[in-house]
Amino acid sequence: MRSSVAAGRAAWLFVLPFCLLFGIFTAWPVLQSLFMSFTDTRNRDLRTPFAVEFVGLDNYAQAFADPLFRTAAANTAYFVLVGVPLTLLIALAAAVVLDKGITRFRAFFRLGFYTPVITSIVAVAVVWRFLLQDEFGLINTALGWIGIDGPNWLGDPDWSMPALILMAAWRNFGTAMIIFLAGLQAVPASLHEAASIDGAGSWRRFRHITLPLLRPTLLFVSVTTAIGYLQFFEEPYVMTNGGPLNSTISASMYTYRQFGFGNYGYASAMSYLIFVVIAVVTALQFRLLRERS
Amino acid sequence: MNRQNRWWLYVPLSVALVVVVSPFAWMVLGSFKGEGEIRSNPPTWWPESASLDNFTQLFSRLQFGTYFLNSAIVAVLVTLGNLLFCSMVGYALAMLEFKGKRALFGVVLATLMIPGVVTFVPLYVLVVNAGLANSLPALILPFLVSPFGVFLMRQFMVGLPKDLLDAGRVDGAGELRIFARIVLPLCGPALATLGILTFLGSWNNFLWPLVVAQQESEYTLPVALALYSTGQNSIQYGLLLAGATIVVVPVLLVFLVFQRRFIEGIATTGIK
Repeated sequence: MRSSVAAGRAAWLFVLPFCLLFGIFTAWPVLQSLFMSFTDTRNRDLRTPFAVEFVGLDNYAQAFADPLFRTAAANTAYFVLVGVPLTLLIALAAAVVLDKGITRFRAFFRLGFYTPVITSIVAVAVVWRFLLQDEFGLINTALGWIGIDGPNWLGDPDWSMPALILMAAWRNFGTAMIIFLAGLQAVPASLHEAASIDGAGSWRRFRHITLPLLRPTLLFVSVTTAIGYLQFFEEPYVMTNGGPLNSTISASMYTYRQFGFGNYGYASAMSYLIFVVIAVVTALQFRLLRERS
Repeated sequence: MNRQNRWWLYVPLSVALVVVVSPFAWMVLGSFKGEGEIRSNPPTWWPESASLDNFTQLFSRLQFGTYFLNSAIVAVLVTLGNLLFCSMVGYALAMLEFKGKRALFGVVLATLMIPGVVTFVPLYVLVVNAGLANSLPALILPFLVSPFGVFLMRQFMVGLPKDLLDAGRVDGAGELRIFARIVLPLCGPALATLGILTFLGSWNNFLWPLVVAQQESEYTLPVALALYSTGQNSIQYGLLLAGATIVVVPVLLVFLVFQRRFIEGIATTGIK
């Protein structure tokens, strides 16, 4: 009995540093963010965060009525709904080709395709701002070689978001590709061999064997990618400042902007709305995965 | 055979590789170009007259030396903190019995995905009231532990053989000694994965440093680069490309050294 009490005490010594740091810098702010979102906290209340007016759901009502927040939410939805499928499609194509199509230099291509993932989004956004320039940008120059007159990517409200999505897909498909590769290696080769003896072509084998077995991986990757894309911030901050005509302002960026204006209560409410969407997407993933397994 | 070598596939793969890598090549080459050449139309590929002017200006006129040092200090300390504290919790969760263990693991699982955008406003209030605003500890303390790190270490340690511990306990070794001398040395692969992921995350982190570092002496590299690139004063494009090169190339080199272990770590943990 004594030894189990002592063991329990030893265990708590191991978890104490984590509990302190996590409690102060994550758990507490998460709760206080919720509290703040029901108050009219502004930057003048910085030193007295609890001496503020309670305003109920006013901040949330204000967010839903705020045309700029609605634009930001719609832009974020656009970024996620187009960006995630595009990223996964490129990643899956690359993974399948590397897994089944070639035998030599696989590690080399894998490494090359993965490289953008490790780089700072701020740094690549700075570089892509040049690449996307209308007159002397590398992308429009390359398009010119094949006879296409490229748009003024970041200056045209119709093309600004596609440009950011393109960059995000370029930077992020490597992660999904690596996870797909691991998933593909778990598909038993015997199934493919049996199917090809039965005369199934490679497309049918992919469609009816690989894809169903890859389903949990697909689900996992799409959710983690969506969670990342739901918070996109650096790209518009560096490349467009949310413009032109607010065509690229994101929910995170608008939250940060309201924080900069000193509207802490309002910013907290919007950050909680983003949080709720992310929580719903995560919960959905757990459910779908459980149904299958 | 199932795995065929289809030679024609090397053509689209090579084109794709060029597309993926060329922004980096253009960035590095551009960082050696003069201002006029960067703005020239059509754009040049190789620098006509390469010089280190952009880099010397970054370190003399702008304070990129300070920013680089800030980024490095923050990333190293955050990484060390995560390696130590997360493996301690991982050990307790995987190997020890104690009251509240299930609840603690539940909290870790539930908070794996809390995004920075949820906590930055109250965290800013907290940091200002603690007198930590505009200091490096404000950039470090909130990131010293992570639920993801705990999860990773716990999952790895659950797979270690328990006999080793029992042998240690019979010999009368304390838990701290068993942890440090027996368990940690076996955790090399997990520690490497966690270390690289944490370092990269910290080096590239942007939102929180942007919120909390309001004096140039506390800027990290991404903050300095973003603020310079969006600044009102006339921007020199050569400096921007050289700045981006300084942010990207050091981690690129580290990555190339550790890439095999790193990519395998991603594949097994499944989380970036």
